[in-house]
Amino acid sequence: MELRRVDDNTWEIPAHGRMTVPARIYASHKLVEYARGDSTLEQARNVACLPGIQRMSYVMPDAHQGYGFPIGGVAAFDLETGIISPGGVGYDINCGVRLLRTDFTAEDVAGKRKELLAEIFKEVPAGVGKGGVTKLSAGVLKEILVKGAPWAVENGYGTADDLLMTEEEGRMKDADAGRISPRALERGIPQLGTLGAGNHFLEIQRVDRIFQPETARAFGIEAEGQILVMIHCGSRGLGHQVASDYIQAMESAFGVRDLPDRELIYAPIGSAMGQEYYRSMCAAVNYAFANRQMIAHWVRAVFEKVLGSSRGMRQIYDVCHNVAKVETHVVAGREKKLCVHRKGATRSFGPGRNELPQAYKAVGQPVIIPGSMGTASYVLAGTAEAEELSFGSTAHGAGRIMSRHEATRRFRGERIRDELAQRGIELRATGWKGVAEEASAAYKDVDEVVRVSDEVGLGRLVARVVPVGVMKG
Amino acid sequence: MERYRILPHVADGKFRAFGATREEAFANAGLATASLMWDWWAIKALRSVPVAVEGRDLEQLLYRFLEEVLYLFETKNFLLAVVEDVSIEEGEDVFRLKAVFWGDEAGGRYEIFGAVKAVTYNEMKIERGCDGWAVQVVVDM
Repeated sequence: MELRRVDDNTWEIPAHGRMTVPARIYASHKLVEYARGDSTLEQARNVACLPGIQRMSYVMPDAHQGYGFPIGGVAAFDLETGIISPGGVGYDINCGVRLLRTDFTAEDVAGKRKELLAEIFKEVPAGVGKGGVTKLSAGVLKEILVKGAPWAVENGYGTADDLLMTEEEGRMKDADAGRISPRALERGIPQLGTLGAGNHFLEIQRVDRIFQPETARAFGIEAEGQILVMIHCGSRGLGHQVASDYIQAMESAFGVRDLPDRELIYAPIGSAMGQEYYRSMCAAVNYAFANRQMIAHWVRAVFEKVLGSSRGMRQIYDVCHNVAKVETHVVAGREKKLCVHRKGATRSFGPGRNELPQAYKAVGQPVIIPGSMGTASYVLAGTAEAEELSFGSTAHGAGRIMSRHEATRRFRGERIRDELAQRGIELRATGWKGVAEEASAAYKDVDEVVRVSDEVGLGRLVARVVPVGVMKG
Repeated sequence: MERYRILPHVADGKFRAFGATREEAFANAGLATASLMWDWWAIKALRSVPVAVEGRDLEQLLYRFLEEVLYLFETKNFLLAVVEDVSIEEGEDVFRLKAVFWGDEAGGRYEIFGAVKAVTYNEMKIERGCDGWAVQVVVDM
């Protein structure tokens, strides 16, 4: 396959064969080698063959192979001739990140870190097989699927201000819970308000470096040493089941013979099946928003309990990185409504976009990029260029480079805990093997990922944050 | 015979499971899936759960069979230890699988170290060789 270098951080696979558009990869020399090493490029090419794809099949700097679509893939489709694909969203629908600011400094919490983390660990159900705290009926769950984070606020979890600082204000309005399978509901009931395991985490962080003071201030990040809280999780078993259900339903409806990969299954976006998936996906998105809303509420309560107040605790933003949305973008010089799939990619809208909260209209949206366990995470600002470069999208994290199996062979969880402790980072986890799987050496260098994002203009560096306390599910 | 082998996969879980028959290969694929979340050999076989799934083809049958492991874990706290009495029947345009799962309830006694989010069709293979069957699966983690 021909991979043409456009400039230092931009690569292209020219349209050939059944591709109707080129594939474009944003990566440094170092990062593009990872993409060459697995099926990322082939998957980006397969996406470029799908009906109604617009402009290009885009690949973000942290990409790695997924199923059907690559992780770190962005593709937009025409609403008349295009498609919608569960594989273009991912199994963990609305996996995303929420970032909270506080007025506390690292010194304020220095003596209380252990206690804070212990209390959070108690309040927030974490790992796999841990049920949530709420016993829900299927009826209430369906209400949550339609209402999203506003349901949580109505029921005492957090405030209306949190909603303003959430993508879609915490609720996708096209959600329909009527077609969510009983099995998906069953998986969703015990897991509402849980963090989950794997790469999901909750971190107490301190601001390490501010690159753009003005934008940082607009986001509520004022000084190095300021304490933030980051929550990374998704729609749990409910979302996974919705994805599975529709992959199979679409197979039954359309067959799989013509697909290069069975996970590329799709439905025409205007078809009954396409619309049904879209509305069910929106319901799973809402579940995840409600989930993060509840977890943030418990974090606030823990700060109040341990530190006597949740001084200045306010939501900076909450972003989805596995989602399909209808958005307006420019194609061939004309504004057009499209269905944008972001799978392992974060929306990165610049100044002026209607979708942004008033407070961020002048500076662009906060883009939250979590690093791997124990490493830095980043806050970026969305850019106007990103709309032209990637339908307003950038990376979503570090991206794995080592299998979990290999990581557990090479690393010991207890050892990682001790090493983190030496660097002043407290770690709480439900099990040590899971910690070993998430060793930072199993991930790409997140610094490199955000550097490329900044250089290309997909998202501008605003602040670097580092953990002081990590809770791993 | 080796039951299964965990294969390297950058982001997710991948394995090949083996059996003299396809029933045995499916059963071992169930254990391989469990092995990514808990040590199935350490789980006491105290409770049994009957499992019945259907698929349009063998791939879908395998997908749905493995999904039962996740479903029973997430909704019934059930940890799989043993797969017994697997039978696969072929009807017209449909495959039917029945099996019995044995295992125990999660509840602090066992370490759960991983989360399989979903079964996928990615790189799924169901192959018959000269000395039996092999199935390959990638699961989302």
